[in-house]
Amino acid sequence: MGLDDVPAPEELEEYRARARAWLQASMPRLEDAPPIEEQDAPRLRDLIRRLNDGGYAGICFPTELGGAGLSRYHHRAFLEEAREYELPIHVGNPGLSIIAPPILEFGTPEQRQHIAAMLRGDEIFVQMMSEPSGGSDMAGALTRADKDGDVWILNGSKIWSSGAWRSDWGLVLVRTDWSVPKHRGLSMVLLDLSLPGVTVNRIKMVNGAEEFCQEFFSDVVIPPECILGEPNDGWTVASRLLFHERDAVGGGSPYAFTRPSSAQAGAERDLARLAERSGVAGQPRVAELLGEAHANDVVSRQLIARVTDGIARGDLAPIAGSLLRLNIGVNVVRRAVIGMEIAGTDAVTWEDEDRSLHAAEQYLFRQALSIGGGTVEMQRNLISERLLGMPREPAPDRDTPFSEVRRNG
Amino acid sequence: MELELTDEQVLFAGTTRRFLEDTCPLTGVRALADDPAGFDPAWWRQGAELGWTSLLVPEARGGGSVSGEGLIDATLVAEERGRLVAPGPLVPVSVVAGALAAVSSHDDVLADLLSGEQVAGWCYLEPGRPLGKVATNVRLEGERVVLSGAKAPVEAAGVAGHLLVVAAGDEGLTEVLVPAGTPGVTVTPRQGIDLVRRFATVTFDEVDLPATALVGQPGGAGYQVERQLQVATVLTLAETLGALAAVFEFTTQWAFDRYSFGRPLASYQELKHRFADMALWLEASRATTAAAARAVQDDAVEAAELVSVAASYVGEHAGELVQDCVQMHGGIGVTWDHDIHLYLRRVTLNAAVYGTVADHRRRLAALVGLV
Repeated sequence: MGLDDVPAPEELEEYRARARAWLQASMPRLEDAPPIEEQDAPRLRDLIRRLNDGGYAGICFPTELGGAGLSRYHHRAFLEEAREYELPIHVGNPGLSIIAPPILEFGTPEQRQHIAAMLRGDEIFVQMMSEPSGGSDMAGALTRADKDGDVWILNGSKIWSSGAWRSDWGLVLVRTDWSVPKHRGLSMVLLDLSLPGVTVNRIKMVNGAEEFCQEFFSDVVIPPECILGEPNDGWTVASRLLFHERDAVGGGSPYAFTRPSSAQAGAERDLARLAERSGVAGQPRVAELLGEAHANDVVSRQLIARVTDGIARGDLAPIAGSLLRLNIGVNVVRRAVIGMEIAGTDAVTWEDEDRSLHAAEQYLFRQALSIGGGTVEMQRNLISERLLGMPREPAPDRDTPFSEVRRNG
Repeated sequence: MELELTDEQVLFAGTTRRFLEDTCPLTGVRALADDPAGFDPAWWRQGAELGWTSLLVPEARGGGSVSGEGLIDATLVAEERGRLVAPGPLVPVSVVAGALAAVSSHDDVLADLLSGEQVAGWCYLEPGRPLGKVATNVRLEGERVVLSGAKAPVEAAGVAGHLLVVAAGDEGLTEVLVPAGTPGVTVTPRQGIDLVRRFATVTFDEVDLPATALVGQPGGAGYQVERQLQVATVLTLAETLGALAAVFEFTTQWAFDRYSFGRPLASYQELKHRFADMALWLEASRATTAAAARAVQDDAVEAAELVSVAASYVGEHAGELVQDCVQMHGGIGVTWDHDIHLYLRRVTLNAAVYGTVADHRRRLAALVGLV
């Protein structure tokens, strides 16, 4: 069955019922799970192995790689059933949802075995795209791999790689030719993070999380079979990766374990509890804010379904996935503001230990989802230029050999 | 707003679109601005012949839909109306016809609504009261019913042959069909933002009617009234979507065609980003309205929730989208001669006339147990 094939309703219901029973018997409940940032590698491996034993690790991946070979509708049904269960979010995202699809598309048969290894829990992957010298201008990468006989020598630094600290492998965007314009001198490298010369540092964010990392590469020796796709054609691979990243962040990925946004219904309960703690429950204005938060979440879910189905059917261009990515950024910002409005003074000074009631934490970090995974400004460029066909932004570096381009760092 | 339509639905929507373009283009809408009714009764009868009034009424009662899913079909009409900000009381007539079709009485009134001979008003909201609060009183006195109270805004009340009144009595929520001109009924026209859709305040002063005026059982109207609100809201949202799509299309085209500093407006990043936001609002509005229409069509348990979700989202963004498009036009956008104000009027009306955004958000919070 193809990814976009629509299964018969009875078939899907049967699948759903089987998944429900299996989940109940096999997966830990969400309420017993540690906070998501504490899902370490052993726990992730255990969770993905359980899913794999049940046939649910790679619902949409080909059977020859250990997947189930089913459609995105099966995947969505499974996630809906799995809403109350702990899933290996960080194996799904970025590994299965963002990195595996380009490996599937561009990889050699040997490279594709990484997908099977991900599904077995043997390999946890991280993507390494952004650099300290610039985030949105990804094709301006300065990290370099230079050919030395048969091997490549990697030097440079990557940043904002989520979960690199617990990962085994990375997919890294590097420059392999400086004499050509920027998009034409890039390559994608499958990097074993245990190789000598790789250093991974965790970055502490304003909310205290240490999920993001910065990596330093110092004369790392990479074997030739680790280039994914053709050397110097890395931007083609990276563009596909970015497409899947928008899909994953926006909620439309058929490979991710990110829960559907309705799973955040719990978040509205948190807002309601926040209102009670702050002594404003029952005020009409607060009811309006709670209703708005709920409406926005439901609309996000409806938009995801509409856009992913529309793309699958060919009624919408694939770039419409950027609408989802933009929506998440906008919605998270509004959600954080609503929390602050409800909490009032309690938003800035409080007694509770209950972190779900800390409106300030979400507020301080609220721009993160407008930045990571492609800024909302980049999405607005993509939507206006590629969906609406408006003129592209001028890019003076587009046709200049990269060695002559003005740049940072 | 639906991505998938049957061939018959596409044909039906196309027929309505051509009829509106031929008989009531925007110049026609402007010409009706000073008309007391806001529409031509003969024109409305033609619309009824196209099927506009019969979609929510089963064939056994003289109606009929295109696809077997009458509400979805009706949203197609509403959407086409929105594209041309068309006149005519589609919402109240649809609601009242649907209400009468759900009971086994008032055949003659229903037949007149279906043919377009008569239009009807739906008296639900009350002046100064939030959505859902009904203070209008109904008393049962033997074989008589007596109504007292005030309703506003009531669409098309000035030309309606009958008024379907939602009232509260000892038995509970009750609906009564009141013939226009019944002693004690006073219809006072209201001013309004829209050029052609007319509203009135209707008061009922000890209006004395035979018990045959009841629609359904006394005290048994709760489910039907909720359903009527859902139908009115979904049709209103679909109409807004048609208006938004039209405005977004002609404003995008304007951005490509209009040059300043030697470049099209569409080349400025600040403006491109605003178009991107509008594209998001439009697509999300379509998604949520389609989901609400589907739920109401299926009479799903979550219909009330999804209707208010859509009303919350679309109500908030529709006005902002059109205002942003006004801004894109510059000075011409705030002139009487430019058509964009017709659309701004319509979407602004629609965002408040069957419950405001705030009404729907409070309702939603209560429906899903957040308050």
